Amino acid sequence: MSVHSTSPQFKANAGHALADAQLQRAMGNVKKGFIDKRRAAADRLPEFEEMRDSARDIKDHTLAHLDLYLERYEEKVTEAGGHVHYARDADEARRLILDICKAQGAKTVTKGKSMISEEIGINAYLEAAGMEPVETDLGEYIIQLRNEMPSHIIAPAVHLNASQVESDFRRVHKHLDKDRDLSQPVQLLTEARAVLRERFLAADVGITGANFLVAETGSSIIVTNEGNGDLTQTLPKTHIVLASIEKIIPTLDDVAQLLRVLARSATGQDLSVYTTFSTGPRRAGDLDGPENYHVVILDNGRSSMLGTSFEEMLRCIRCGACMNHCPVYHAVGGHAYGWVYPGPMGAVLTPSLIGVDKGGHLPNASTFCGRCESVCPVRIPLPKLMRHWREREFERHLSPATVRAGLSFWGYFAKRPALYRFTTRLAMGTLGWLGRIKGERKGRFSRLPFAGGWTQFRDFPAPQGATFQQRWRQEQRAKKQARDGREAA
Amino acid sequence: MGAREDILGNIRRSLGVRGDERTRRSVVQERLARAPKGLIPQRGQVSGEARIALFKEQAESVQASVARVSDRAQVPEAIATYLRDHNLPAELRMGSDPRLTGMPWGETSLSLRHGVSDGSDTNAVSHAYGGVAETGTLVMVSGADNPSTLNLLPDNHIVVVDAAEIEGDYETMWERLRATYGKGVMPRTVNYITGPSRSGDIEQTLLLGAHGPRRVHIIVVGDPGSA
Ligand code: SF4
Repeated sequence: MSVHSTSPQFKANAGHALADAQLQRAMGNVKKGFIDKRRAAADRLPEFEEMRDSARDIKDHTLAHLDLYLERYEEKVTEAGGHVHYARDADEARRLILDICKAQGAKTVTKGKSMISEEIGINAYLEAAGMEPVETDLGEYIIQLRNEMPSHIIAPAVHLNASQVESDFRRVHKHLDKDRDLSQPVQLLTEARAVLRERFLAADVGITGANFLVAETGSSIIVTNEGNGDLTQTLPKTHIVLASIEKIIPTLDDVAQLLRVLARSATGQDLSVYTTFSTGPRRAGDLDGPENYHVVILDNGRSSMLGTSFEEMLRCIRCGACMNHCPVYHAVGGHAYGWVYPGPMGAVLTPSLIGVDKGGHLPNASTFCGRCESVCPVRIPLPKLMRHWREREFERHLSPATVRAGLSFWGYFAKRPALYRFTTRLAMGTLGWLGRIKGERKGRFSRLPFAGGWTQFRDFPAPQGATFQQRWRQEQRAKKQARDGREAA
Repeated sequence: MGAREDILGNIRRSLGVRGDERTRRSVVQERLARAPKGLIPQRGQVSGEARIALFKEQAESVQASVARVSDRAQVPEAIATYLRDHNLPAELRMGSDPRLTGMPWGETSLSLRHGVSDGSDTNAVSHAYGGVAETGTLVMVSGADNPSTLNLLPDNHIVVVDAAEIEGDYETMWERLRATYGKGVMPRTVNYITGPSRSGDIEQTLLLGAHGPRRVHIIVVGDPGSA
């Protein structure tokens, strides 16, 4: 377990999120922006669907040979003059990083965007040791000022509006003119650029994540649009790469395949602005680049996912498409998920990493509409994996008593078909009748006994008054009559 | 046991392998040696002027600007004109790349600075290792010739690329890099740059000039057939 999790309180978190008007307005930007842009980018590349297959196959191949590719990667980093360190868990990773920073006498540590660094909670740890970690991705910088967690894996501040950012900048950038105009987003960006430029130049250590680690060459790859990651890894004397074991990719050619689906799925760009391959420290004659290059490779529960049904989750390339297309994520935002990874990928990954006892609610945050799987560039069957967690949660008796009671109640009837038909017909008939005479808006309930969790936030459509089985039979009968009619003619 | 052995051991236990199986090892070695290309989109599979046109179209679609000159001697004048047209100061920083330093700068009134940037330069020029037409991407390699920080710190980044070094796809670029640096060896930094720096972090609005250059201007030199 690493950073504090509120995942066990998912239901309460979601309730607060739904009532937060500011958040609801900001979340509108996710629906507007990402979905159309991804669609357009996918349409511009006729081979996009095949490219997704290729990306999936490369990941599957790598995971099946992960031990060997890791060994080779380490060899190549060492050859290039870098150092590879291994961390079994968050605590080990934090200590390794702190030791490297201490050895450098570091005061300021700049950081590129890294979800793994959120996972191990490195910022608080470095602060406690008297160092100053500075997030340099604009979104990460904003949430660091607010002492929040990212609410999205590629757009960490997507839950905020420009006016909130403005008041944070006024609160923190006290040395700047009080009367300056910050009413436009571009003014906020310009201010952040100037403030952070000084921090970049003053930093002793730069920490970045990695989108990929290449076994063929020992290179770490970061993909960014702002250029902050590049400044983070180029300017300070020491560059630390923090990455988890599944980031390994065999060759540069394999990386090219994955790059072709990554940006298209994430932001709808054909390629992000900066794709940077770093290999070891600066070379003889170089005028810039870090003198020391370290890679900390984190396991934190991932190696145990191999060989299980959750192995497929390790294909994830953190593009964010699953949350961009998720109706539950749209409704509650990223913070409700209560830990580092939100949305469908978080619902699958979080219980794997922090335990089903803490993250077990998350796989329930799904309507099983299947949109996440339909856009995932590496074709992870997210709904199936969420279902697996639900089954496990149920088996381990971790479901709340009401859910268990409801399901055993249903089970009792399901095993007795005649009784099931009779009861459901009765119930549907009653609900349909109530809906017709009592529904406040026609055909909908705004309140229903035992379903407050649903009706508090949306209406429950009143049934037509017939069960599925009744309607199925009616339709079959109608079809048969039509067929018979045709044959008779 | 150390963390390394623990992690490798746990991976092997989970995968149900020992790690010394000959077939697994040869599968891995073969892939690393052969680097199979995978699926290459049709888009970049054009040559000659059509490839240069694709490169230009793609680069412009990501807000870079592109100019074309017929030989290297025309680059300084093209840069001076660009800076004037954009009301930018007549100063320029560059590394020690002989392809750049050997240009006739005396014909312009630009004031030149050499070496790395301290973060206060307005303009810099670099020579690209090549380009990729598929996405209008510039490929930059680190070194004293073209220090990596020049790609990032100045407000306006001007990049010279030889038409003959613009490839159709990333895979061909890897072949060239392997031929230049040796198989499995990379320069310290390879930057793929596709347009000027940007951020969408405030309300998902696209803004140019986040931490890197606000403008990227590309000067394509010569014919695709001859270097
Ligand atoms: S699960 Fe798939 S869609 Fe979601 S972030 Fe990972 S790769 Fe992207």
